[in-house]
Amino acid sequence: MLIYILRRLLYVIPIALGVTVVCFSLVYIGPGDPLSSILPEDAPQEVIDRIKAEYGLDKPLPVQYAVWLGKALIGDFGTSIVTGRPVLVELGPSLVNSLILAIGGAMLGFIVGVVLGGLAGYYHGRPADRMFTALAITGVSVPHYWLAIVLVIIFSVELAVLPSLGMTASGSTEFTFSAENFQHLVLPVIALSVIPAGIVTRTVRGAVAELLNMEFVEALRSKGLSEAKVIKHVTKNAAPQVLAVMGLQLGYLLGGSILIETVFAWPGTGLLLNNAIFSRDIPVLQGTILALALIFVALNLTVDIVQATLDPRIKR
Amino acid sequence: MMSPVRPPLKKKPTFVRRLRTASLGILAVAAAAGLGTHSLQAADKVLRVAMTASDIPINIGQPDQGFEGFRFMGYMLYDTLVLWDLSKDKESAGLMPGLAESWSVDPENSKRWIFNLRKGVKFHDGSDFTADDVVWNFQKVRDTKAPQYEAKQAALVAVRIPALDQVNKIDDHTVEILTKEPSAYVPYQVSFWFMSSQEHWEKVGSWAEFAKNPSGTGPWKFVSQTQRAKVEMEANKDYWNPKRVPKVDRVILRPIPEPSARVAALLSGQVDFVEAPPPDAVPRLKSAGMQIVTNAYPHNWAIKPSRIKGSPWNDVRVRKAANLCIDRQGMNKMLGGLSVPAEGHVPPGDTWFGNPTFKLGYKPDEARKLMADAGHSAEKPLTVKIAISTSGSGQMQPLPMFEFLQANLNECFFNVEAEVMEWNALTAFHRKPADDKIATSKNVNAVIVSHALQDPYSGFERFFLSSRISPAGSNWGMLKEPFYDEMLAKAANTFDEEQQNAILRQVHEHAVDNAQWIWVTHDVNPRALAPHVKGFVQAKSWFQDLTPISIEK
Repeated sequence: MLIYILRRLLYVIPIALGVTVVCFSLVYIGPGDPLSSILPEDAPQEVIDRIKAEYGLDKPLPVQYAVWLGKALIGDFGTSIVTGRPVLVELGPSLVNSLILAIGGAMLGFIVGVVLGGLAGYYHGRPADRMFTALAITGVSVPHYWLAIVLVIIFSVELAVLPSLGMTASGSTEFTFSAENFQHLVLPVIALSVIPAGIVTRTVRGAVAELLNMEFVEALRSKGLSEAKVIKHVTKNAAPQVLAVMGLQLGYLLGGSILIETVFAWPGTGLLLNNAIFSRDIPVLQGTILALALIFVALNLTVDIVQATLDPRIKR
Repeated sequence: MMSPVRPPLKKKPTFVRRLRTASLGILAVAAAAGLGTHSLQAADKVLRVAMTASDIPINIGQPDQGFEGFRFMGYMLYDTLVLWDLSKDKESAGLMPGLAESWSVDPENSKRWIFNLRKGVKFHDGSDFTADDVVWNFQKVRDTKAPQYEAKQAALVAVRIPALDQVNKIDDHTVEILTKEPSAYVPYQVSFWFMSSQEHWEKVGSWAEFAKNPSGTGPWKFVSQTQRAKVEMEANKDYWNPKRVPKVDRVILRPIPEPSARVAALLSGQVDFVEAPPPDAVPRLKSAGMQIVTNAYPHNWAIKPSRIKGSPWNDVRVRKAANLCIDRQGMNKMLGGLSVPAEGHVPPGDTWFGNPTFKLGYKPDEARKLMADAGHSAEKPLTVKIAISTSGSGQMQPLPMFEFLQANLNECFFNVEAEVMEWNALTAFHRKPADDKIATSKNVNAVIVSHALQDPYSGFERFFLSSRISPAGSNWGMLKEPFYDEMLAKAANTFDEEQQNAILRQVHEHAVDNAQWIWVTHDVNPRALAPHVKGFVQAKSWFQDLTPISIEK
């Protein structure tokens, strides 16, 4: 197992390096100018040159990359061009805020997905299966941006029972657990959970239905095992496949949903990225993309290890 | 092939019932958790504003985030020597005394201005405002060796005060401003230059510390700020102008860039005042009892043609035909009435409008005749390619508006093509002149970038002076006409305001009569206010004053 983990860790190094190259160069490929957002349109050339030099944007791209990578390795992602604050100061709280939303969305989505998928798989071919499958397809198909707006219209505008934006009642960007702040969490979490719920439902349904038709299940039943124990065996066998999907979904959620965070003005990484994209805030874009990509890589690694623990065949 | 697993049929109805019960339960919990949302609303006398900006503008003096930063941070926390009179909604916003009670150009030397400073003005930290502060604030943005020099502040104000060369103290309440060349626009220029407290900066030691508790002389005092979430200010009850002491106790400004989120925030009672609600949300807002406030202001949305050699727009008949082939009233209807159809470069009724002889209007037959005279027909239409953004500051609803005018122009022997790009890309594109390969490689010969026309520089000089070809200004099309160079130089050297305005009116008349651009419309800067917000006067300006607002619940 240790060798397996070490091997997987070694794979991470070239992947992480590749990520740095991609995320550094991607932001330069698109048209636009990072200085457009901080300088008036007719700013004198000498002012533009001075600001460019100040942010190191006057150097050749490979030099910029080397400088950036060197600093990134020691945790310095540079300074935001737009706000003048260190990228880490922008990124840290945003990651925490997205994490709160992601955990809420994942918990809700995974619980709903596992329950509905399990039932759909168990009652495969029956009306309950068709109903949950239809719900799952709807969940995956409905644009969550649209759903978020609909939720706001219903619960904030029409019923006036839940706030439509922000993450705390006081307007603070530091979440503390209280009844008032919990209200701010409800709508974005529901909107965010719909897609993972749909995907997990479909995955669990497929896995459960397939396993229930396998010979070992028939053997277990013919040995007289109770239905609860049969389900336990099925669950254990379905777990690696479902966990892989959950890991990916959690990664997506941790990345923050640009659309959901924008609709609810939730100050997470999605909103941070959205603002940085439109203002061409290159250091924030690079730092955020890199951090999210590395989290994604780390999550995949964790899922791989958990999968291998649950199903030793994967190690081979 | 899969076979059905054992179906415990009896459980099915139970499960469906449970599911229904659970769903209702979840909603009930959510609703119960939400009870008392209205208690989230702040107490009376607090005005909560939703800005379109994505972040809190810089708060140490010169704001970023364009004129929204000026509106909601600059003129609220700070003052300038000369301020904008934002108290009227019927006439163009003009200049008025600010931290300077009066100013005049030296009759012996037209490059020397004297500003007499207001006495008894205090910064929010309690220190006195004096001539030393004016000199110190000039060094802050010009003297790279001064300890208070701040590069980004300097960059943000550089284009606003180009004429200023030196600022010297004469006595505690008088300063002289020396200009590089004679310029009658100095009062306009200093209206964009904000005064921060020298004493407070020296006390805290750096701009980073200053930003935690900034100090100006404005009608609002800084209370707190949460980046990307809100900034809170309180009324400066000791403000030097008693007419502008805020009527509410506090104001909370929130950056909410998503239009539908701003609308939802207003409808759900989380804010009281919303910038730029989308036109399609206006009927819904009105039906909910919200006030929709609009007014013309110095903004235009127009096609800027390329005037380089070989451009089809060099033929005045083509430019006039395009101006006569746009159904501006129809576009206004499409925009829900939230625009002012263009009659010229500046909005109708503006101080500088004058009396142009060429009347813009929807006269397609006349337009087709002009195009036929220029050698074009339905069989041989003139192909033009216009760069346009998908969104952006002041761009209104760019794509539907573009499609509207494209359909119009195509009826008049034009074949209009679009080069669509994102806003930041368009601003970078616009920084290069029309003969740059970024435009010529794509055959782009016109661009739509909306503009502020607040003062003579931003309204005329940067577009029509041959010395202001991009990137030295916003003369993207590379227009070179001696008339503008001569007349605008004359206006810049005319120190009598009335005479100066008369010259600018002539410039405007000439621009319209020669159809320099294809003017389409002016924005009206819609705002939506909750029913309990009273007293707001929307000035014909990019800037607005929140001090007269009261909350009456």
